[in-house]
Amino acid sequence: MKSKNTGCQCGGNSEANFTELAPVLEKYAQVPGSLITILQQAQDIYGYLSMDAINYISAKTGIKPAKIYGVATFYAQFRLQPIGKYLIMLCKGTACHVNGADMIEEAVCEHLGIKDGETTEDGLFTLNNVACLGCCSLAPVMMIKTADGEETFGNLTKDSVKKILDDYRAKEA
Amino acid sequence: MKVVIGQGSCGIATGAKKTSNEFERVVKEKCLENVVIDKAGCIGTCYLEPIVDVYGDEGELQARYVKVQPDKVEEIVEKHLVGGEPVQEMMISEVDEKFLSAQQRVVLRNCGQINPERIEEYIAKGGYEAVKKVVTSMTQDEVINVVKVSGLRGRGGAGFPTWFKWNAEKSSPGTEKYMVCNADEGDPGAFMDRSVLEGDPHSLLEGMTIAGYATGANQGVIYVRAEYPLAITRLEIAMEQAREKGFLGKNLFGTNFSFDVRIKAGAGAFVCGEETALIASLEGERGMPRLKPPFPAAKGYWQMPTNINNVETYANVPWIFANGGEAFAAMGTQQSKGTKVFALAGKIKKGGLVEVPMGLPLKEVIYGIGGGIKNDKEFKAVQMGGPSGGCIPGSLIDTPVTYEDINKTGAIVGSGGMIVMDENTCMVDMARYFLDFTKKESCGKCNYCRIGTKRMLEILERITRGEGKDGDIELLEELAAKVKDGAMCGLGQTAPNPVLTTIRYFRNEYEDHIYNHKCTAKSCKALISFKITDKCKGCGACARKCPVGAISGEKKKMHEIDPAVCIKCGKCEESCKFDAVERM
Repeated sequence: MKSKNTGCQCGGNSEANFTELAPVLEKYAQVPGSLITILQQAQDIYGYLSMDAINYISAKTGIKPAKIYGVATFYAQFRLQPIGKYLIMLCKGTACHVNGADMIEEAVCEHLGIKDGETTEDGLFTLNNVACLGCCSLAPVMMIKTADGEETFGNLTKDSVKKILDDYRAKEA
Repeated sequence: MKVVIGQGSCGIATGAKKTSNEFERVVKEKCLENVVIDKAGCIGTCYLEPIVDVYGDEGELQARYVKVQPDKVEEIVEKHLVGGEPVQEMMISEVDEKFLSAQQRVVLRNCGQINPERIEEYIAKGGYEAVKKVVTSMTQDEVINVVKVSGLRGRGGAGFPTWFKWNAEKSSPGTEKYMVCNADEGDPGAFMDRSVLEGDPHSLLEGMTIAGYATGANQGVIYVRAEYPLAITRLEIAMEQAREKGFLGKNLFGTNFSFDVRIKAGAGAFVCGEETALIASLEGERGMPRLKPPFPAAKGYWQMPTNINNVETYANVPWIFANGGEAFAAMGTQQSKGTKVFALAGKIKKGGLVEVPMGLPLKEVIYGIGGGIKNDKEFKAVQMGGPSGGCIPGSLIDTPVTYEDINKTGAIVGSGGMIVMDENTCMVDMARYFLDFTKKESCGKCNYCRIGTKRMLEILERITRGEGKDGDIELLEELAAKVKDGAMCGLGQTAPNPVLTTIRYFRNEYEDHIYNHKCTAKSCKALISFKITDKCKGCGACARKCPVGAISGEKKKMHEIDPAVCIKCGKCEESCKFDAVERM
């Protein structure tokens, strides 16, 4: 899944900025039951769902903003805040829990100075705890998602997870 | 020669892609023109990934190499591909071979055997023969009858007879009918469906098409979790290829039956595993369940007759039609027929995907196939059925794996997650973990589920913090009964199961927490303390790591932890090379 994060936190998107979303709406606005698909694609484009994006979708589809907001907040996938360049999806599934996912979370939080759902000040990392990535035999597991795709890391230890994060950070230097 | 590298999500996570790239590079460098590099889905032995199979020119398997990291590639190419001598020490051991040979593979028949991105390989295994036979030579009733004879029951958790649902949809009037696949594998700790989607997507498409024919549905929708990007990609490729070959689309096999499938990516909500919630989500709404009846078979997607089965159920279908309903019914027990795929994980030596005939005792699965408990610790319990299931204790390890026998223990077969726990897993914490999950995933429609799970979680959190009170266990039991009765859908009705089963089998652990302020498994932080034993050599490693300076002692003499200062972070335990730090 491609995602582009503009990093813009001003929240002042005008309609002119939704040029990438326009073709999506052209395709789906009148197809019943497409709201989730539209929101998914909007999030793929902008990295998150801004209130402006919700209002824009509302104007094009005729669905009330309150309803769109209701759907967006119901599902774990949707974010209403921008995210960092690297999205850390830390698995908290049963197998990971039994194999020490809490310890890994502690290590990530300590290393990056953020908690679940937060983004580092430099805008590089966002931590999201997720229910299960389905790689249970390699527990504990995390996935790091970027604009270019995603990479999964298994059999994590406190030390290996720190090294992985450092490697990502080093790429930026 | 052909070199096949297993590349399911878990294989890729262990570096299978890098191994594959390295093979490409080395083979090219050595100009080995007769060697083809290919990929396959996951064969299920996750603990041995990355796995590389080398086939000879006749298609015979010459060697299966395990744990092949890129640095080992050169040696395999040099000795085996060039020299013709398999590298024995890297090959799968006889013991590990048993992990596969002890299984009976119906659903996973092609996983790890074929390249899921090439329809020709599926066809070469007899793929799409079953649907052709069904569509060109059988009536709808005949198809449903074969499924009835097979005894196939829904593999998503509830175990409802599949033929009954198909027949109900067939009998319902409607201008349009739908065939929906639930691939929203939301149970934490389960990955059977992911493996089928990634390793053998055509078997799902074929199964859905047969079901579509039997019920009169012309449209299929696969509802896949967004957390499975690779599964979505491979499904899309499979659908495209099936359309090109004329296995999906209009007038299949020259008849007037048309069927096509599309994918809908889920957006992350466990409750969408419930049929009516899934339908609401397909329609772009909040995924909230509604009362049944009307059942989806009468009024489902867009108020039209709809059948919903999960991935594993559909994947069984082509096999049943290729081999006959009787052959399927011959496996398993009287009530639970066929095989079941389990995702074996947790504190197990050999984790992975395991497909066994129904009725095999748990012990066979955990010890016979899974090799027993990691680090040879004591087996405490196995969690089955995820947040809707329960923990089955060691004393019931001879329980046969059937819908009925597992239900009797208070757990459920569920979709097939099997999480093994050892003596260090705290059962109160397990119950807390699942309640935390269901509390978050409760859609909020029914009061008992919305508030009940929250109150139960609060009590469990208190107990694991060491603040449990007399009467807490009874209160939990009372709340559990109320939530079960007061919730409308399966999520709420089963949410208390993890609590009830742990109280039933491990009441002593609850009592230990509440009355003795002790965590039996020495896992709950608030109830343990760390102590340095006489194994200490006085190296000082722990003292240097301690973030609060709670450890003191002279060099080369036994150190000591000041319990008043200690924050129980466990860094001393991790840093000690002599096992001298003990949990009390």
